Amino acid sequence: MTTITKSDSEQSLPQSGAVAGAAAVKLSRRSFVVGTAAAAGGGLSLGFHVPALAQNAQAAIMQEVNAWVVIKADESCIIRVVRAEMGQGTHTGLAQLVAEELDCDWAKVSVQQMTAGQNLARNRVWKNMATGGSRGIRESNEYVRQGGAAAKIMLVQAAANQLGVPANELTVTKGIIQHAATARQLSYGQVADQAAKLPAPDVKSIKLKNPREWRLAGQPLKRLDTALKVNGRLKYAVDVKLPGMVYAAIKACPVFGGKLVSFDDSTVKNMRGVKAVLKVDDNAVAVVADNWWRAKQALNELPIVWNEGESGKVSSDTIRANIEEGLTSTQNVFADTNTGDADAAIAGAYKKIEATYITPFVSHACMEPMNCTALITEDKAEVWVPSQNAEASLSELAKSTGLDEKKCEVYNMSLGTGFGRRGGFQDYVRQAALVGKQMLGTPVKLLWTREEDITHDFYRPIGHCKMSAGLDKNGNLVGMHIRVSGHSINAYAAPHNIVNGKDRRQLQGFWPEPHDAQFGYTIPNLKIEYAMRNSHVPVGPWRGVNTNQNGLYSECFMEEVVHASGRDSLEFRRALLKDHPKHLGVLNAVAEKAGWGKPTAPGRHRGLAQFMGYGSYTAAVAEVSVKGGEVTIHKLVLATNCGHAVNQRMIAAQVEGSVAYALDTLQSEITIKDGRVEQGNFDTYPIARLRQMPHIETVIAPTFDFWGGVGEPTICVVAPAILNAIFKARGKPIRTVPLKHSGLKIV
Amino acid sequence: MIQLNINGQDQAVDVEPEMPLLWVLRDGLGMTGTKFGCGIAQCGACTVHINGQPVRSCSYPVSAAVGQKIVTIEGLSTDTTHPIQQAWLNLDVPQCGYCQSGQIMAASALLAKIPKPTDKDIDEAMTNICRCGTYQRIRAAIHHAAETGKGIGSVIHYLADGVDTKTVDSELISNA
Repeated sequence: MTTITKSDSEQSLPQSGAVAGAAAVKLSRRSFVVGTAAAAGGGLSLGFHVPALAQNAQAAIMQEVNAWVVIKADESCIIRVVRAEMGQGTHTGLAQLVAEELDCDWAKVSVQQMTAGQNLARNRVWKNMATGGSRGIRESNEYVRQGGAAAKIMLVQAAANQLGVPANELTVTKGIIQHAATARQLSYGQVADQAAKLPAPDVKSIKLKNPREWRLAGQPLKRLDTALKVNGRLKYAVDVKLPGMVYAAIKACPVFGGKLVSFDDSTVKNMRGVKAVLKVDDNAVAVVADNWWRAKQALNELPIVWNEGESGKVSSDTIRANIEEGLTSTQNVFADTNTGDADAAIAGAYKKIEATYITPFVSHACMEPMNCTALITEDKAEVWVPSQNAEASLSELAKSTGLDEKKCEVYNMSLGTGFGRRGGFQDYVRQAALVGKQMLGTPVKLLWTREEDITHDFYRPIGHCKMSAGLDKNGNLVGMHIRVSGHSINAYAAPHNIVNGKDRRQLQGFWPEPHDAQFGYTIPNLKIEYAMRNSHVPVGPWRGVNTNQNGLYSECFMEEVVHASGRDSLEFRRALLKDHPKHLGVLNAVAEKAGWGKPTAPGRHRGLAQFMGYGSYTAAVAEVSVKGGEVTIHKLVLATNCGHAVNQRMIAAQVEGSVAYALDTLQSEITIKDGRVEQGNFDTYPIARLRQMPHIETVIAPTFDFWGGVGEPTICVVAPAILNAIFKARGKPIRTVPLKHSGLKIV
Repeated sequence: MIQLNINGQDQAVDVEPEMPLLWVLRDGLGMTGTKFGCGIAQCGACTVHINGQPVRSCSYPVSAAVGQKIVTIEGLSTDTTHPIQQAWLNLDVPQCGYCQSGQIMAASALLAKIPKPTDKDIDEAMTNICRCGTYQRIRAAIHHAAETGKGIGSVIHYLADGVDTKTVDSELISNA
């Protein structure tokens, strides 16, 4: 069998003449094979192997047991993945699942990222490449495990053929196949060649292991990709260097939807290193130079005339007025849940509680700014890009170049975070392709400034939520009315998902149906509505899509109801969750581990929240103190039931990270003036820092009967738990975030 | 030509004196371990050492680096053996990893200055942004590298079938 490394080194970029490099660099016990890039050291030229051309892809990747597993003669085991790795650990988690069924030696495992072109050439043998909605593992667990199990069956059969014994007399431990009766053994590496020639077993005949008997999956194993992240050697897309490459800086019209009228390149075209000043499309200008800083400097000097259009008059005030109208309007609103008669129940209640909550636009601010390197020729287009959806990148590349998808290739690199910004929207791929088309044969690295990133994001939608509730004489909740008004992601990004004018997606977490984002409380009279109120501001998925805002609305208002009832926050919620044992389970778990009901240190207060999203159940207890305007968040205990826990340590990392991500929603907002974003960089859009972080304890409470997500679900309980603790400390609720509107800051 | 000393090697570069050191490293010399994050010295992804001090190279003109000893992540150790790098490996600190070169350069500069830092020292020195939120493990890893005996790091209660298998980072470190 030809090894991957060898086949890689035999490939080169036909057009660019790039020198191919070894696919793996041994830096630790485990190497991390990036399918497209040699992870070469700093200062070395970076080579790319190219299974690139779709027509060659099949030949380049046939040396395998099956699509998921390659075993080399030296016993190294390469597991193929197509989901994007953006820090969430999916590559390691998927490898654990394949390796579990394969029964290989984990110490010999590495991961290879396959490309969109390869997937296309093989009729999507690796299926969906999109990595969002916390679906990386939960959506693909079954077929990747089947891939590992099928490879094992083939390897064992090959050994059986060689030893002349029935396959069922063989056992496998860590890639060693043993025949106990005759004390003979063969290794996976010794039979891989023959196994590859055997027919694949019928998928229906494959019996997957019981997750309770897992040995590799379910274990808190170390990530496979850490070594190159602590010595600067992991190559992100932004680090790609191709022979003859030039660099592009870009500026789009600051007003969304505005148009480029003209630019005058006379002053900048002779600046040092500048190669070209280009119209990208009717909305953006780029400067191309021999160094990105030179391109950016020239772009800053370039006089550009924009036509801002009508949107130039929009401000946060006008957007807010439109959304406020939606809170009480009878037009363009629908009820997704309407149980009993909420209006009558609340009107006739002994005590009535009413409040309106406001959550702003927020930005993804991915750590690695938007970038894409493109090499376009007459009959071929290639990009190196951080993408959450390489197939969407491929589609955009084909569209922007006019080339058939089979003539396009996308090398998806490890992402410097994604958070939903780099999935459905492929604006940076389009821009790089349009610049590359004007520089045929020359590789161009397009890189955004941070200011371009903050001002041209697809923001978490702004929303307001008006809620009212009624309590009877005994403090029991008799009715609740929830009206969400605000921007719709679907209206901007996926209008086909809006059925009969009803966009259910904006009510994620308030849905009545089970399994994905179910509202856990049973309330006899309940009405939940959504009024779509859009503006010209682009919106999109933002890690924890919609459940973040809805979780805040639900849990903060519930705390106001609890307060009015005079009861305990935990006991009140427990009673309402009695019909939903999994919601109740994580609430009980977090309450126990946080010591709910036990005294706190002087001056500290606890807040509680539970919510569901992305197929998982989460709950949190926060412990804070407030002195003057300063909020100290001391501790957060967070529980999650994600069904099956593939790697506890990586789950804890996602839970810990969710806290930092949620803190941003308490201290940052995007506002609009004259049609454009007022913030520009981290000086005006603050990001949580280490000193602000509480101590975090993670409670993983799997029930082994479903597959839930991990990357997103926890975020939605962090902010409400903190806000509810601040409510306890101050005696009054916070209904508008960020906290600065209440004269508070996190220290 | 501008003469620089980077990771112990003399290098001559033909660039404008005002070009930030970051872009000399990345685009000029192909040393891409040092990252671009904001361009205004806010996030720290571009942190390098100049004579042992942590400096945000995106806002540091290359002319100011002449005659100074520049150390980048590529030169912190040749074999990933710096105690900070080892602690980062032991505690699986990185998620996406993009900010970690800068975090590691900031942390190693802290330890060079204060061998046994307190939490307050860490709060003040570690102002780099991590969008993944690896902060808890960063704090623990610095304590681990400094052998302060402090720093809690990740605490995980694994509650399967009602039984709590609790792990904390200090135990993982001792088994590493």
